[in-house]
Amino acid sequence: MQKNHHEKVEKSVGLLGILTIVAISFGTLVQITPLMFMEETTQPIDGLKPYTALQMEGRDIFIREGCTNCHSQMIRPFRAEVERYGHYSVAGESVWEHPFLWGSKRTGPDLARVGERYSDDWHYAHLMDPRSVVPQSNMPAYPWLDTNVLDGKYTARKLEVFRRFGVPYTDEDIAGAAAAVQGKTEMEALIAYLQSLGTALK
Amino acid sequence: MSSFWSLWIWVFTLPVLVLCLVLILWNLKNYVGVPEDETTDHEVDGLKELNNPLPKWWTYMFFATLIWSIFYLAAYPGLGNYKGFLGWSSSNQGIKSLEESRQATQLALAEGRRVQLDLENIKADEVYGPVFQQFAQREVLDLAYDTEALKIGQRLYLQNCALCHGSDARGQRGFPNLTDNDWLYGGTPDKIKETLLYGRKAAMPGWEAALGDQGIKEMTAYVLQLSGRAVNEKDAEAGKAKFGMCAACHGADGRGSIAHNLPFGAPNLTDNIWLYGGSSAAIEETLRNGRYGVMPAFKQTLGEDKVHLLTAYVYRLANPEDLR
Repeated sequence: MQKNHHEKVEKSVGLLGILTIVAISFGTLVQITPLMFMEETTQPIDGLKPYTALQMEGRDIFIREGCTNCHSQMIRPFRAEVERYGHYSVAGESVWEHPFLWGSKRTGPDLARVGERYSDDWHYAHLMDPRSVVPQSNMPAYPWLDTNVLDGKYTARKLEVFRRFGVPYTDEDIAGAAAAVQGKTEMEALIAYLQSLGTALK
Repeated sequence: MSSFWSLWIWVFTLPVLVLCLVLILWNLKNYVGVPEDETTDHEVDGLKELNNPLPKWWTYMFFATLIWSIFYLAAYPGLGNYKGFLGWSSSNQGIKSLEESRQATQLALAEGRRVQLDLENIKADEVYGPVFQQFAQREVLDLAYDTEALKIGQRLYLQNCALCHGSDARGQRGFPNLTDNDWLYGGTPDKIKETLLYGRKAAMPGWEAALGDQGIKEMTAYVLQLSGRAVNEKDAEAGKAKFGMCAACHGADGRGSIAHNLPFGAPNLTDNIWLYGGSSAAIEETLRNGRYGVMPAFKQTLGEDKVHLLTAYVYRLANPEDLR
């Protein structure tokens, strides 16, 4: 009887685990590791601006309210998408996103370039009652955003953390962060965030 | 991608393919010493383990995927900086601005590389370009009464404009009605086109600090009276005395900036058409806090040819009768 080498792997969970990790690591090494060092994926595009303090708070409200469950922020390079939303998304737009909010579910439209597409008043009306401007919409209303006022408690901290990720915030940005959002409503913050999306490549 | 990372990808990808081949060949041999389809003497609760070979269909598929992977890596951009013999890619990556994006498109064309998105765009331009160009050469006034042009205009309107101005184009609070031929920046084809291409930013300042509560009340009365509404005469009289500060934009007679050939977009206050509501409460709110209406620019989004057709559609909305 010849030796059955495979039996060793079959009978040792530890060895099976290690070999499995080795096997799937090849995919990671080839597909992910180079992206961490490539110029295309680590350098911002021309004119990309870090979020202002207010936009940063708006971004967190976007995450908190689960907007990513229905809205992607990733325009794929297909003509149909580029016609509707604008230039396809590129990696250099996302280098300061932590985490990125590309999403993969589109119940509503993509928002990667919604900035400056509609007026602030429109966003206000739409977030208060989506049906008031788009009768067919099935988006929920978010009226509480207009009454919740930001306290700015963590705004400076958020900017600091992002600076550690490599976002070029200055000391003045961080020092003035709390004051910049003082008295602003969550609605104003969210609209400021939305109006900034995708404007660097427009 | 630097040549180091390109090499890195080669070094990890190709040996793995060889490894897969070795693995399948190794597994196709019978090492256990038991003839195929016979029992290995492992028996648990009456269930016997047989020494079955790998299924043929599965084995062939494994080889097929190996062969496909070699073809794929040779034909398409998969191995680092190697672009594949088909010269195909989905889009131009690594661009840092719209200008670079345009240059990359030109460069790919010049080098004969096949960029999927660019090819789709070129094909669309070939099909639709002449249609739009043909319309672009005709006058807006002509297109406004051309059924084909209006059909395209309507599609463009519903996709881009209806969100604010409504699918019936009658607008809503804060977003102008496009069917009433009442214009803030002018209703000539040129002016409509200018508005669509470059957008508009209105700024009505708030007067709360300057007028005070009583002043706001009086001015509200006067503004309502301008439109022929019944108001407290005494208040209106007092408001009229202070109207000088409004006249700079709305004109001394309150007929708005269009009537006086001014570019401010200040509405006519005498026609009883109200962008933000005509109740005294709404007018009071306007006077206190000001209004900052914004019409976004569509030059980038739609391009001039489509805006041309849209201009015709919007013109027709306000001018249903052909009076040429």
